[in-house]
Amino acid sequence: MNKTNAFSRRKFLWLSAFGSGSVWFFSSCSGNQRLYLFFTDEESSLVESLSEQIIPPDKWPGAREAGVPEFIDKQLFGPYHRFQDIYRKSLTAIKEICQLEYSGKFEELEWHQQFSFMERMEAGSISWKAWTAKEASDFFALFRDHCMQGYYGSPRHGGNKNYISYRMLGIDYPLIIGQNRYK
Amino acid sequence: MTNRKVNVVIVGAGAGGGVVAKELSLAGLSVVLFERGGWVSYDDHAGDELLSQRTTVLGNSCGPDDVRYRRVLITADGNRRIVLPSESDYHNIAACVGSGTVTYGALAWRFMPEDFRMKTVYGEIPGTTLEDWPISYDDLEPFYEKAEWELGVSGDDSQNPYAPPRKRNYPMPAFIHNREASMLNDAALRLGWHPFSIPMLRNSVPYGGRPACIRMRNCIGFPCPVNAKAGTQNTVIPMALASGNCELRTHCNVSELIVDEYGRITGVLYFDETNRKQKQLADIVVLSASATETPRLLLNSKSRFFSAGIGNENDWVGRNLHAHPYPRAFGLFDHDIYDDFGPGCSVAVCDFNHHNQGIVGGGYLSNSFIRMPYAFTTVRPPGALLWGKEHKEFQRNYYKRMVEIHGPYQEIPNFEQRVEVDENVKDFWGIPAVRLSGKVHEKNLEGCKFMAAKAEEWLREAGAISVWSSPGMANGVGALQHQAGTCRMGNDPKTSVTDKFGRIHSVPNVFVADASLHVTNGGFNPVLTILALGYWVSKYIVNEWNHGNKFKS
Repeated sequence: MNKTNAFSRRKFLWLSAFGSGSVWFFSSCSGNQRLYLFFTDEESSLVESLSEQIIPPDKWPGAREAGVPEFIDKQLFGPYHRFQDIYRKSLTAIKEICQLEYSGKFEELEWHQQFSFMERMEAGSISWKAWTAKEASDFFALFRDHCMQGYYGSPRHGGNKNYISYRMLGIDYPLIIGQNRYK
Repeated sequence: MTNRKVNVVIVGAGAGGGVVAKELSLAGLSVVLFERGGWVSYDDHAGDELLSQRTTVLGNSCGPDDVRYRRVLITADGNRRIVLPSESDYHNIAACVGSGTVTYGALAWRFMPEDFRMKTVYGEIPGTTLEDWPISYDDLEPFYEKAEWELGVSGDDSQNPYAPPRKRNYPMPAFIHNREASMLNDAALRLGWHPFSIPMLRNSVPYGGRPACIRMRNCIGFPCPVNAKAGTQNTVIPMALASGNCELRTHCNVSELIVDEYGRITGVLYFDETNRKQKQLADIVVLSASATETPRLLLNSKSRFFSAGIGNENDWVGRNLHAHPYPRAFGLFDHDIYDDFGPGCSVAVCDFNHHNQGIVGGGYLSNSFIRMPYAFTTVRPPGALLWGKEHKEFQRNYYKRMVEIHGPYQEIPNFEQRVEVDENVKDFWGIPAVRLSGKVHEKNLEGCKFMAAKAEEWLREAGAISVWSSPGMANGVGALQHQAGTCRMGNDPKTSVTDKFGRIHSVPNVFVADASLHVTNGGFNPVLTILALGYWVSKYIVNEWNHGNKFKS
């Protein structure tokens, strides 16, 4: 989806927020099932796959199911407003590199291919046009931190859905002894 | 509207300012206490790890905010960068009534007698500004005691042979240990060390009209939901307000001190809660805005009488910024240590505060506060992957099986680590921002390594299956919440900013009452010393005032 579409979609969401509940139902039919404000459809599926590499699913859910992409999306319109540009630039670069190297999308790569791509990004041994190697490793570190915040932070901000990480670590919430309110 | 002139203006309602407000208003002086933030409560952000004062990634829960505040950092490699309050490089202290005493860990240490005469004990160290205090432990002892009783400290010195002499016991019994601290206590005894329960500004039993601690998991970084943690906001500031002589003005930013046509300081200019510029006249001005904001105010008060800022005739305002490197070690265990009995940090040893072979100073070692899940994501052995399957498994397997031992190493200060003001970067009100530069002196490294090795030894004795450590020294400016030293007190006006009563050498009626006064910062959390200095400075002011000194030149 190009930028124009992204804007129209965002405007649509904005309008729908003031409309009836049924509008939400239709908006969720446009490709990706989740609602994002900053990420375009294309970006959001890429972010979901990237986040699953940072915190993969095992016997406990991974980043996607814990709402990590939604957490990041929400913060980019809040305290992380200042990271909007680096996200847009990096996601575009990742998309274009994958197109060039694998003739496909990052989301469609094999797990080990995705993993080695992440490793290259972390090591700063990847660059593309104006996206320098340093920007690649900086973005990786930033994105890693944001994923950890979304997965292990307080559920108040859109991540850690259903207290997934707190349950996984075996700690009660809220934080007062003897008051486990999961049930 | 014009403000009525008062006897005293105090800038900053934190540890120092809260105490001074109480002492002066109860002595009958009229006081206006300024605070840039407002009143905060636990309920504002509950137990939110991401929006607290400990982990600030989504902002400081108790201020300042990212919208109106800025600072400039000069990094160790000389780069200049604008930093926001939610970034650790801002070196923030909470902006609220009570300030750091609302969200701190509440460790209530007295400095040791040696901490006041570091140069005498360790000699001159080239390239540093290590110096003796102009006052001794004995001078401050009655004021430590007053702080312990007026705010309320739980503790017991009987197990600590290195504890400085005291005349009166703590008002409350010491805290009992959780599983982790009990285990470490036993291990330290086996090593021949002297473990004890850390004195805390937190109620172990009901005290001062406030209940006992409920042993929550999150304490440091958060206001206490039941007010068991003592801060100036729930002790001395309410006493000041109840006296009828103290007016607290919240959401007010003091921008500079007023200098009249004769070169006298007559009060302060400030922006009120509606951002209008106002004037408050006073006989006396007391600055207790923190070791970064107090020098900023002095440096921003330039006039033809004070061309480099007030008290800065010899270029010492803002110098000697220092705090504590935190050497630390982590240990992994093969069984659960975590028992959810908070807040952690209760067992310490003072065996390594002084008289370590070949080391200048030292510090205490203790277990740390319970680490929240996000903060735990960066605790990994050297070389471990910080993401992916292995990382998640580690998080799951070791969250309840990791113990951290750390301690504040008494930093050897240097002249070049400093606070300045930056004319090109201003905050929302147009006030030139703080610029931080310099770095922790390399001489500190060997002391940090020594302490980290002791921390490792403690964990191994406790049965850790894997141990690693870090000297915990910043590569660049080290300040954070323990920031100190920027308006050093001393007897010689050429090498200090204030006299031994906190009065700025070159003006009769401006005092400093916060950690800026610290000549050195002890191997301890500094808050009880800041509180004691508040009482010390106040006593001098009240004494002089009652003897007819109106602090005019």
